[in-house]
Amino acid sequence: MTDHAHAHAAPHRNYFKIWAILVGLLIVSVLGPMTGIRTVMLITAFGVALVKAYLVAKNFMHLDIEKPIVKWLLAVALTLMVLMYSGIAPDVQKTTGRNWQKDAGFHAKLAPAEKEHPNESGAHTP
Amino acid sequence: MNVRTIATTRSSMGIPTGRLAVWWVLVSEIVIFGGVLVSYLMHRLGHPEWAAQASHTHLWAGAFNTLVLLSSSLSAVLAHQAAEAGNGPKAARLLWLTIAGGATFLIVKSFEWTGEIREGFTIQVGGFWSYYYTAAGLHAFHVFAGMCVMAWVASTAARNQDLHRVENVGIYWHFVDIVWIFLFPLLYIAK
Repeated sequence: MTDHAHAHAAPHRNYFKIWAILVGLLIVSVLGPMTGIRTVMLITAFGVALVKAYLVAKNFMHLDIEKPIVKWLLAVALTLMVLMYSGIAPDVQKTTGRNWQKDAGFHAKLAPAEKEHPNESGAHTP
Repeated sequence: MNVRTIATTRSSMGIPTGRLAVWWVLVSEIVIFGGVLVSYLMHRLGHPEWAAQASHTHLWAGAFNTLVLLSSSLSAVLAHQAAEAGNGPKAARLLWLTIAGGATFLIVKSFEWTGEIREGFTIQVGGFWSYYYTAAGLHAFHVFAGMCVMAWVASTAARNQDLHRVENVGIYWHFVDIVWIFLFPLLYIAK
């Protein structure tokens, strides 16, 4: 058995062409914000990032010909990321909750007060 | 006598053990980087005032480093192609080219950080800068670690030994590239 017998039998791909597409997408993501239009900026920055990541994963990491178990492993990790975001984001991004409310100086005001009189329930109070 | 470790010759679930191990590493890396990126994202959305802090990052330095990492990914996958063809010395040369890309990335980053710190934007200045240095620093550490492992793989590949490692280290390198693909818009473009 040769050293590389275990390697992927990767189909022939034009890696230079894929690299050129990635560079083209990079240029789009840099030029997008220069339009000054927020929607265009969001699409060219984050939409293009998703496309670039897909191209690298598919063509350079050969994820398209990898065994299904690897895809499942990666999917579980990505799901954990989404779960973390959905669980914590409301507390961070919302301005009010059941027992708390954020005003303009929320963090600045609460930090020293919490050190002196920590709330037993752990909930922030205004 | 040439003794081979079992891990290099057996496979589990139809995947060579070494490559499966790399995928497991990447799964844990997704949780690590995912945690950092997602917490940055939620705080950024919760603090619109961070946009003013983000406006001080250097877009062109970030864009140049993106180009460098994309190009280093190309040389890494070409090294894999050469290894598949059984051409170890060529794979080794391409891996050294990839390492040079990693070194360029780190040099640009060090100049960039030096300038920002001199301007007073240190890790303690605000929430944005804390995330900026933590996320980019963690990523830079992964680039450095990848360069070290790649140098070792290149040295063995040059002698046509253990060529399967070329693909394994390449998969890791592409992942580091993907992390930067998301860090770039988050830290440099969204202002």
